[in-house]
Amino acid sequence: MVFLKKKMRSKFFLFIIILIFIIIFLIFYKGLTNYSIYTPKINIENDIPVFSANIFDSDLQVSSKELFDPKKSYLLNIWSSWCVPCRDEHALLMDLSKDEKVNLIGLNYKDRLNNAKNYLNELGNPYSKILVDETGTIAIEWGAFGVPETFLIYENKVIKKYIGPLNQQFLIEIKSLIK
Amino acid sequence: MLSSTIGYYSLILGLCSSIIIFYFSIINYQDKILDIKIFYFTFFQLFFVIISFLSLVLSFIYSDFSNETVFNNSHTTKPLFYKISGTWGNHEGSLLLWQLVLTLFIFIFLFKSNNQSKQYRILTLLFQEIIIIGFFIFIIKTSNPFNYIFPIPKQGLGLNPILQDPLLAIHPPILYVGYVGSSIIFSSVLAATILNIISRDWASHLKKWILVTWFFLSLGILFGSIWAYYELGWGGFWFWDPVENVSLMPWLTLTALLHCVLVLEKKIVLTSWVVILSIMTFTLSMCGTFLVRSGILNSVHSFANDPERGLYILIFLFSLIFLSIFIFFFFHKQNIKNYSSFFWLSKETSILINNWFMMYFLSVVLIGTIYPIFLEVISSQKISVGPPFYHKLIIPFLFPFLLAMAIGPNLKWIKSNLENKVNLILFFVLSIFVSSFILKNSDQKFLINTFLLSSAFYLFFISIRDLFTKKLKNFSQNIAHFGFSLLILSILLNNIFSTEIIFNLKESESFEYNGNKIIFNEIIQNNQKNYVSIIGNFTIENFDGKIDNFKPELRIYNQPNIVTSEADIKTSFLSDKFMVMNLVQNQEYFNVRYQVKPFMIWIWSSVVLICLGALIGFFKKKNEK
Repeated sequence: MVFLKKKMRSKFFLFIIILIFIIIFLIFYKGLTNYSIYTPKINIENDIPVFSANIFDSDLQVSSKELFDPKKSYLLNIWSSWCVPCRDEHALLMDLSKDEKVNLIGLNYKDRLNNAKNYLNELGNPYSKILVDETGTIAIEWGAFGVPETFLIYENKVIKKYIGPLNQQFLIEIKSLIK
Repeated sequence: MLSSTIGYYSLILGLCSSIIIFYFSIINYQDKILDIKIFYFTFFQLFFVIISFLSLVLSFIYSDFSNETVFNNSHTTKPLFYKISGTWGNHEGSLLLWQLVLTLFIFIFLFKSNNQSKQYRILTLLFQEIIIIGFFIFIIKTSNPFNYIFPIPKQGLGLNPILQDPLLAIHPPILYVGYVGSSIIFSSVLAATILNIISRDWASHLKKWILVTWFFLSLGILFGSIWAYYELGWGGFWFWDPVENVSLMPWLTLTALLHCVLVLEKKIVLTSWVVILSIMTFTLSMCGTFLVRSGILNSVHSFANDPERGLYILIFLFSLIFLSIFIFFFFHKQNIKNYSSFFWLSKETSILINNWFMMYFLSVVLIGTIYPIFLEVISSQKISVGPPFYHKLIIPFLFPFLLAMAIGPNLKWIKSNLENKVNLILFFVLSIFVSSFILKNSDQKFLINTFLLSSAFYLFFISIRDLFTKKLKNFSQNIAHFGFSLLILSILLNNIFSTEIIFNLKESESFEYNGNKIIFNEIIQNNQKNYVSIIGNFTIENFDGKIDNFKPELRIYNQPNIVTSEADIKTSFLSDKFMVMNLVQNQEYFNVRYQVKPFMIWIWSSVVLICLGALIGFFKKKNEK
C-alpha cells in the first residue's frame, strides 16, 4: 500500500515538473519569436527636423522645406574632412552617386572650408548638394551621435539611420529600400 | 581558402565519427563489452575537431577574409595575439572551441575511468555523444565558422576593442572548460543512475571531475570579473548582469554538488541531491549558452543575435532536460534504509543546510535573471532587475549562512556535539568587538553592517584557527573555506569603505574635495597600431601630503570605430585607487571618475585561494578515512 502511494506521488511530481518545464519552454519560445522588442529602434520614422543652412562654398541659404521634396527619397550623409572613417566610406558614396535614383546630400560637419575642398578634390564629390554645419547644431537636430552618420529619408521622414561608416551590406540595403 | 575547406570537411568527418561512436556504444552496451574501436573513433573525433579548430586559427592568423567569420571579427592591423584570440571571440569560433573541449574531455574520461565498470563507461560515452552530436549539427547547420564570402573583401570588420584584452583572451576558454566539464558530470550521473551503481567508490571517481570543473569555473568567473573591473570603467567587479548570473548559477549548484559528493564518499546518503544537482549544473550551463546566443537578452556578452540558433539550442536543451527527468524518475532508487540515519547535529546536516542556502541563492539569481524575460513575454512590460534586488534578498541570508559555514566543518559525521563551546562563543564575541570597532566611525546602516561584518569575521577567525590547528588534515577544504571567508570579508569591507567622486574637468583645471586636490595637467595624444590613444595626465595631492599620478586613457579604435576607456589603477596592499575618464559629447570637458576601493587585491587573491583548494583536493592521493 505504502509502496503504491509512493509511486502515485512520484508520478504526480513527474507530471508537475514536466508541466512546469513545458511552460518555461513555451515562454522562452515566445520570447525568441518576438525577440525584436528587445532592441529598441532609435529615431525611426521620425519627421525630419526643420532647419536652414548655408550651401557649401557659397552665400546662399536653403531651408529644409525647399531642399526635401516629399515625393522623393534622399540620403543625408554627415561627413567631415578630419574624420578618418569618412574616408573609408567615401568610395561607397561615390559608387552610390552613380545611381540616379539616389539623391545624396552631404552635411559638412564642424569643418574648415579649405580642408573640405581639398578632401573633395582628392576623393571626388559624390553629393548633389552639400550643406554646411559649422557649429554642429544641425547635426544635433538630426539626432546624430557623431561622424559619419547616414540618414535615409522618404516622404520627409527618416526611414533608417546608419551610425558609423557604411559598408557593402548597408549599401545593398539602401539600394533595395530606395527601389 | 584552403584552410576553410579543410576545416569544414574535418567538421563533417568529426560528426561522422561521433555517429559511429554512438552506434558502437549502443551495440557494445547490449553486448556488455567495450570495443577497442571505440577508443580509435573517440581519438578520430578529437583529432578532426582539433584540425578544424586549427584551420580556423590559421585563417585568423593569415587574415583570410574569404572566410566570413574572419571577415566579421578580424582586421589586418590587429596584433597577432588578438588575431588568435579573435578565433573564440565570436559565436562560431567559440562554439568550435566548446566542441574541442567536449571531445577532449570525453577522450580523457575514457582513458581515466579504467577502474569503473565497462557498462558505466559505455553509457557515459553514449550520453556524451548525444551532446556532442547535438553541438556538431548546431555548428554545421546554423553557425558554420567556415562560410565563404565572394568577392573577397580587402579588409575585415575588426574585433570589438573591449574584447582586445589579454585577460579576455583566456577568460572564454577557461570558462568553457568549466561549462563543458559539467557535461561529463551530467552524463556519468545519468549512466550511474540507470545502472544503479551509485557507490562510495563511484563518488570519489566523480569527485575528481567535479573538482576540475569547479576549479575552471571559479577561475573563469574570476578572470571575467577582473576584466570587467579594469575595462568596463565602472569600478565594480560584479554587476549582476544576466550573463554574469548564468555563470554564477552553475557555480552555485556545482558548489552544492561538490559538498554532497564529499558526503557520498563517506556513506550512501543524499543520492537524490547528487543526481538532481548534476542535472541542474549542466542544464544551467546550457541555459547560459541559450541566453547568450539566442538574442533573448541584451548584454555586453551577447553574440550576434539570431533567433534560429536560439530555437535550436532551446529545443536541444529541453530534450536533454526531459531525458534526464525521465531517467531520474524511472531509474533512480532512493536508498531508504540509510536515509534518515544521521543526527540533527552532524556534518551531514550542515551540508544539507549548505545545499539549501545554495538553492536559495540560486533561486534569487535565477528569478532575477529570467523574470524580466517572462514578464515581457506575458505582459510586454519591461523591467530591469538591478543590484538592489539581489542585495536585498541575499544579504540578510548571508548572516546565518556564514555562521553555519563557520560551525559546520567542525562537526563530526553522523552524530556530533559542539565541542569547545566556550571557544566558539569567545570567537564570536571577539568578532563582534572587532567589527564594531572598525565600523564605529561610519554612521550609515550601522546595525546591519556590524552583523554582517561580525559573521564574516567569525568565519574568518574560525577558518584561520582550523587552518593552523588541523594542520594538513583536510587541507584543501580548510584553504578553500579560508579563501571564501577572506572573499566575503574583503567584499564587505570594500563595499562599506569605497569612496567615489565624479566630476567634469578640462585641461589645466583642478578640482578640490575633502582637502584633496585633483589637477588635470595635460592631454597626451599618440597613434598606435590600431587605435589613437588620448592619455590624460592627472596629479592628486592628498590631504596628507602624498602625491599620486594618474594616466587614464581613451582609445579610439579605427576598426570598428569604437571608443574605449582604460582605467588607471594603482594597486597597493590595502587599497586600489582607480581613475577613469570619458569623453563628454562635443565639449572639451572630460568626465572623470575617481575611486578609492579598499581590499581589491584581497578579493582576487581569495578566489585564487579557493581555486587552490580545489587543486589540492584534486591532487590529493587518497582520502583519509
